[in-house]
This record gives sequence, C-alpha cells and structure tokens, in this order.
Amino acid sequence: MSHVWQYFSDNRSEVFGWLRTTIWLAVVPLVIGLAVSLPIGWFASRFRWAYPPVISFGGLLYTIPSIVIFLALPGILGTGILDPVNVAVALTVYCIALLVRAVADGLASVDRAFLDAASAMGYSTRQRLLAIQLPLAVPAIGAGLRVAAVSNVSLVAVASTLGVSQLGSLFTLGNTTGDTAPIWLGLIMFILLALVIDAVILVGLRAATPWRRALQQ
Amino acid sequence: MVAGVLGSSGGLPSIRLVPGWLTTASNWSGQHGLLVSLREHVVYTLVAVVLAAFFAIPVGLVLGHTGRGGFAVAGVANAIRAVPAFGLMILLYVLVSPKITFRGGIGWLVPRGALGSFIPIEAMLVVLAIPPILVNTYAGVQAVDPAARDAARGMGMTGRQVVTSVELPVALPLVLAGVRSAVLQVIATATIAGYLPFLGGLGYQIFINGLPQINNTKVGYPAMLGAAVIVALLAVVAELLLLGVEKLIVSPGLTGSFRLKRRSRTLRQAQAGVPDGYSPQIQGET
Repeated sequence: MSHVWQYFSDNRSEVFGWLRTTIWLAVVPLVIGLAVSLPIGWFASRFRWAYPPVISFGGLLYTIPSIVIFLALPGILGTGILDPVNVAVALTVYCIALLVRAVADGLASVDRAFLDAASAMGYSTRQRLLAIQLPLAVPAIGAGLRVAAVSNVSLVAVASTLGVSQLGSLFTLGNTTGDTAPIWLGLIMFILLALVIDAVILVGLRAATPWRRALQQ
Repeated sequence: MVAGVLGSSGGLPSIRLVPGWLTTASNWSGQHGLLVSLREHVVYTLVAVVLAAFFAIPVGLVLGHTGRGGFAVAGVANAIRAVPAFGLMILLYVLVSPKITFRGGIGWLVPRGALGSFIPIEAMLVVLAIPPILVNTYAGVQAVDPAARDAARGMGMTGRQVVTSVELPVALPLVLAGVRSAVLQVIATATIAGYLPFLGGLGYQIFINGLPQINNTKVGYPAMLGAAVIVALLAVVAELLLLGVEKLIVSPGLTGSFRLKRRSRTLRQAQAGVPDGYSPQIQGET
C-alpha cells in the first residue's frame, strides 16, 4: 500500500485533475438524465398507451454496450474521439434509459387514494402531481438514481480505453508501465467515488422524504 | 501511448462508410475477420457466464433456502458493481500474465501465447457476471410463496427436494433475468478483451487494429464502429434468444396466460352460477 500512497503524493496534481474530470463525467449526466426522465416518465405513467413503447425503447438503449456509443458519438456529433463530451452524452443516454422506467413506475405506484384525497381537497392536477405524487415517488426514483450513479462511475472507466483523460487513465498508465501502483490507486479512487456519490444521493433522499423518518418514530 | 497517436481531434472518416465496411465480404473472412472475432467474442462470453452461473446459482439457492446471508449477498454484489471492470482486468493482467510461462495455445479456445491475457479477462468477466445471477437467484427463492414451501414439506419432501423441485422452478424466471443481465454485461465488457495483447473478440478491430490508425478509411474509424455495431447486434440477439429460452423452460403454471385462462373461466362460471366442470361454448375464447 505504501507504494500506492507514494505514487499518489508524487502525482497529486495530475490525479486531482483526473478526479475532477471523472466527477464531472459521472455527475452531470445524472443530473441532466434525471431532468429529462421526469417529464418522459410522467408521460409514460399518465398515458397508458405510451408506457410499453417508452419502456421498451429505454430497455433497447440500455442493451447497447457503452463502447459502441462512445465510438458512434464522434461520428454523429462531429466531436473528436478523445472529447469528454462523447462520454457525457453517452452516460446521459444510459441515465435516461434507466431513470424513465424508475420515474414511470414510481409515479404509477402511488396509492390512488392519496391522489383522490388531494383532488377532494381542491388540488389542481398539476399541484397534485408536484406536491403529492412526485414526493411520494421519490424513494422509487431514488433507487433508480443510485443504480444509475454507480453504473455511471464504472462506465467512465471504460472510456479510458479510447484515451479520454480521467481517472481511468491510471489503468492505461499501469498497463503500459507494468506498475501496479497507479492501477490500485485508480481502483481505490473509483470505488471511493462511487461510495461518496451514493452517500450524497442517500442523504438527499432522506432530506426529500421527511415523513418516512416521522413514520418510523 | 494511444493518446499521442490520436492527437488530432475531429476529421475522422465519415460514419457513412460503416455500412459499406460491414457489407464488404473480405472484412468478414480471414484470421481477424468479423466471423472469427464474433466466434471468439461468443466463446469469451459463454465461458464467463457458464462459470459464473455454476457458482452463483447453487450459492443463491442455498442462501435463499436457508434465508441466511441476504445482507451479505446484497452488500457483496453492490461492492462488486462499484469496481470498474477495466481497472480490474488491467490489475489482473499486470499481476498474472508475467507468472504464466506457457506460450502455446489451447485448441480453438485460447490462441498461441494468449493464456496470460485469457485468464485475466475471463476472471474479470466471471466476477462481473456473478452479482446479477446471485442476487436474482437469492431474491427468486426468497419470493417463493411460503405456503408452497410448506406444502412441499408436508408432502414429505426433503430440503434438497424442496430446493430442486419447488424453489428452483418457481424462482426460474428471476434466475433467468439475472443470467440475461449478466450476458448483456459480459458481451459489452468482453469488447475490452481486445485491449490486451494476443486476444481477439470484436474488440480486436476496435483497440488493436483500429485505434492506432483511426483516420484510415478502411481499418480505422469505420471498421471500429462496424465492429461495435456487431457487438450491439450480438447483445440484442442474445437477449431475444434468452427470452425465447425462458418461454420454453419456465413452467406454464407460472406464466400469466395459463393462470388467467383458468381463472377467468372459473370466474365467469361462478358469476353465471354454472357448476364447476361445466364448460360450454366459452371454452374457445381466451
């Protein structure tokens, strides 16, 4: 372990630069993916005919291996093969594929009685959606968000096979030099990053669902 | 090393060359043609998924049957999910391959000199394939109706018989869903086998042949994307194939159609006040 620490302190600035890129690549797609999935998921849960095609399309997108999207995007977007934008767009696509289903199922799972009660209390359809249905669907959406976050982090590593500079570069570097120190450092940092992002989401979910704690007491 | 070669950004050969590349016969034949690469890719996938299933299904069945270790199963599976597959493969490669002195090939399974690359990639793929199968098998057994389990016990079945003739068949749809998701992940990840020396698979066209000369209109970007398209098609075909297998081997007693047919008929008979066993013209419609 000491040589891993040694490697880290010798290359601190470079590693932190890669860490920043990796965080950016893992988190931005998650946020955009969630923002796009909410309306699509709502649409699929609101209109029954829209559910099967939307969910199957999401499933099909998720079947496509990440390396395929990493490779196809430069040709489609006109970006360079090393451009991190490819990775961000690809991961956004995956997040949407995963989250649309979580949002649709989450919204649909809310007990009809709560919605009827809200309507009886004079909530408009939109107020009811935003103040009752969406908050009650947060745990289900959050579960999807956690899966998407962890898979995002490990997919970022795959992008380094094409040469995109981020923490995964520690692996390609270790491969060319035969030194295990950068490889161990990369594994540790990727796992820590996944844990930290997961913990942040968990804290956010707790804050967004205060009634769950109230119920437990 | 690769980054240096790729210094220029943009200016890649057009994506429109991909269909032409895929329909050129010479790209499908030969030592590193698509057909051979496809076969290698399928073999890597099968070896990994079969090994993972041999481990994960029995362990999941036993843990699910005893109801112990659920927390550990979920914890280990989540921990493995957070490990980047590419990093694990490189680590295993750097650690294992110098220790392997055997330089021959093993039949059509391992090309000459490739054992040092083959072991790390297969080990990584097995590790990757275990969590979905294990978690789903465990969850499937846990979800078996306790009444069915009690009935089996009451009929005098031993613990082993309960597992093999009640819990496994009932859990089968979930077990197979786990296998499906493992196969998808392994097909996608086996692509990076091409990153290691001496190995093939569809990643060969992408990493070994394509990436260093990406601007070449014949073997560069169009070939890389062409091989990637085949990986995606392989994933879709595998998914459909496994869904077909599921239809064939899952007991009809578990699938919705059978139950619905029975229930709706008895329901209608009950509503109409028709005694059980009397089934007139309604029989045909389902």
